[in-house]
Amino acid sequence: MRSTIGALVFYLAVMGCSAANAAGSIIKIGPAADIQETLQEALILAEPGSTILIPEGLFQFTGALSLDVPNITVRGAGRDKTILSFKGQISGSEGLLITSDGARIEALAIEDTPGDGIKAKGVDQISIIDVRVEWTNGPDAKNGSYGVYPVESKNVLIDRTLVRGASDAGIYVGQSQQIIVRNSVAEFNVAGIEIENSYFADVHDNISTHNTGGILIFDLPNLPQKGGHSIRVYNNKSIANDTANFAPPGNIVGTVPRGTGIMVMSNHDVEVYGNEMGENPTVNMLIVAYPNEFDDDGFNPLAQNIYVHDNIYGRGGWDPDGAAKEQILPKTGLPLPDIIWDGAVDGVWSAFFGPNSGDAIHIKEKEGTSFANLDFVYDMIVPWDAGIDRDITNYGGSIPPREAIILPQEKTGN
Amino acid sequence: MRVLYSVLVALSLITGSLTATAAPVNDETILQPRPARLLSDYNLFVGASAQTPNVGVHPFALRQPLFTDYAHKFRFFYMPAGSKAQYSETEVFDLPVGSVLVKTFAYPADFRKPAENIRLVETRLLIHQKSGWNAWAYVWNEDQSDAVLKVAGKSFPVSWIDSAGETQNITYGVPNKNQCKGCHILAKKFTPIGPKARNLNFEFGYPGGEENQMAYWLRNELLTGAPPLDKIPTVAALEDTSASLDKRARAYLDINCAHCHRLEGPASTSGLFLTYSETNQAALGYRKRPVAAGRGSGDLHFDIVPGDPDTSILIFRMASTDPGIMMPELGRSVVHSEGVALLRAWIKGLP
Repeated sequence: MRSTIGALVFYLAVMGCSAANAAGSIIKIGPAADIQETLQEALILAEPGSTILIPEGLFQFTGALSLDVPNITVRGAGRDKTILSFKGQISGSEGLLITSDGARIEALAIEDTPGDGIKAKGVDQISIIDVRVEWTNGPDAKNGSYGVYPVESKNVLIDRTLVRGASDAGIYVGQSQQIIVRNSVAEFNVAGIEIENSYFADVHDNISTHNTGGILIFDLPNLPQKGGHSIRVYNNKSIANDTANFAPPGNIVGTVPRGTGIMVMSNHDVEVYGNEMGENPTVNMLIVAYPNEFDDDGFNPLAQNIYVHDNIYGRGGWDPDGAAKEQILPKTGLPLPDIIWDGAVDGVWSAFFGPNSGDAIHIKEKEGTSFANLDFVYDMIVPWDAGIDRDITNYGGSIPPREAIILPQEKTGN
Repeated sequence: MRVLYSVLVALSLITGSLTATAAPVNDETILQPRPARLLSDYNLFVGASAQTPNVGVHPFALRQPLFTDYAHKFRFFYMPAGSKAQYSETEVFDLPVGSVLVKTFAYPADFRKPAENIRLVETRLLIHQKSGWNAWAYVWNEDQSDAVLKVAGKSFPVSWIDSAGETQNITYGVPNKNQCKGCHILAKKFTPIGPKARNLNFEFGYPGGEENQMAYWLRNELLTGAPPLDKIPTVAALEDTSASLDKRARAYLDINCAHCHRLEGPASTSGLFLTYSETNQAALGYRKRPVAAGRGSGDLHFDIVPGDPDTSILIFRMASTDPGIMMPELGRSVVHSEGVALLRAWIKGLP
């Protein structure tokens, strides 16, 4: 059953003869019918440091692929030329699972996985470059959950990647640290780009469009890593996110209103600047606390020390959806303002006099940018004085600039 | 399975006193960093197709086994002569370098006659080498004379008649090396799962007669650091209706889920922790929201809704065979109806 190449690689590895697959060597996968087996065998038997080349072509897989050898590059002939289709997958909950450090996946496409597209768990230095992950039938609740999904990883690079049709998040980085997501496109997903329970991320020069929500910075309770912080979202375009939410309801992104540009939920030390937001029917920029009840003493549900500045706002808020329609629209009327903060703060003192410095929301935008602090907490305490604060000048100040993330895999030219 | 093993031993005794003449277990092959190509190269068996163990290879069973598409399993352990395993009250025993854990997966043609027409499909070896544990899968050949190493996995059709007389057809999946690690990784180290005190402490049908496995290990000086037998923990069997639902369900979750669903395991990211000793209700899934379940959530909001199995994600995922939804992710292609029934009853009774 095994192809000649597969058999050869296997034979050499077993015999301890490393001439053909020493570190830095190149393993070419033939366009054989049994690529499932030959590619998986190469992924297992490659010596650390090898490059595995997959030729141009459309290849069908029935099971998940997995990589657990360090410092392996898997390279196709281009993200529209080398296509790994998982349409007929019967086992495994992702297309490609990576658990080894120093992985680089490049110039290929993963299509139609029943589960996640590419998942990297517990990896130090994962690079996804010029990759496409797509569900070819468009937005559908039956599509897999995440397109590109590094979790519990550090030194994460996602560059020039395209994700379409994920039923949860297109590009999803969870419980990770030291992250760059750049020059990528996310469209027709529920969440375009989502950074969740993560520290030190630069999300820049991406285009997020026709998702339910464009760019989400979230933090959730009851997880090993929480308290997301130190995130910069800059020079992105989050435009026309107008796809109805098609996530299965139990998931947190299932609560995201259709038409949200950039959304920060809990987290602290987040800087959002130089982005272009527009044609988002619910709201361009939304800052909120975690909305559900939770049982986790170590979790801070609030969005704190957020700095939103020098963004460009197009049309937004003319047709709010979901919770925004039910809870925000009655307070603000139409259209919803460009920037909305729920006003959730930690206690009575902050409700009356504003959060302590270091916990506050700071906004510096061009004159004419509309804003509302919904004063949810204040209104609970003094319902007879219920109202919203639209005066953007009450929210001056800034947070100290943070240095750009630099990843080791880029320093070494890997 | 117990019955089957005794029958097999009896058969091998009739066909000749193999144990007296067979070559010993091949310690040298066991310690080679590269795996042997054939299962027979290790000399773990004197009658491989009958699963008759060589000298120093001991059979064992787990009170609650991992469900693997209804496969019957023959388990053995081997330790180098004179060495002992280190006891642990909560974790898997620490077997010395040179040890092998052996698990053969088999399907009797008719589950109502489990000792007849048995097809061996796969034997997995966990070998403890100097560099750590290693896992290798050997797939049995057509004539059942030997099994051949398979590194990249394999799938093939298997069928049997189940205990209700129905024919079952599945695509059996032999895991590749990475998939082995998918369950066997604990705090970044490859680790065995099954042989824990609580899951071994019960009566087993040895060739010489019934005996508590822990008593057998102690009597044969295979274990060090163990407390007296009455201080060793135990768990309830799935079908043991004299034990509480809670005890049976927690033991089921422990062996089927907790190797991944624990802080040190591959599903740490979920925050759902199902080890036998877990006491934090949110970590156990009680009204816990999913994190990255995607469509695995099945439009439901909580992992476990006490009193309501129908709205518990845990049940939804156990009852699915869709690779984007099902749990466990690996090792099954059919639903374990008995397991689902147990956990449904357990959740229904939760306050």
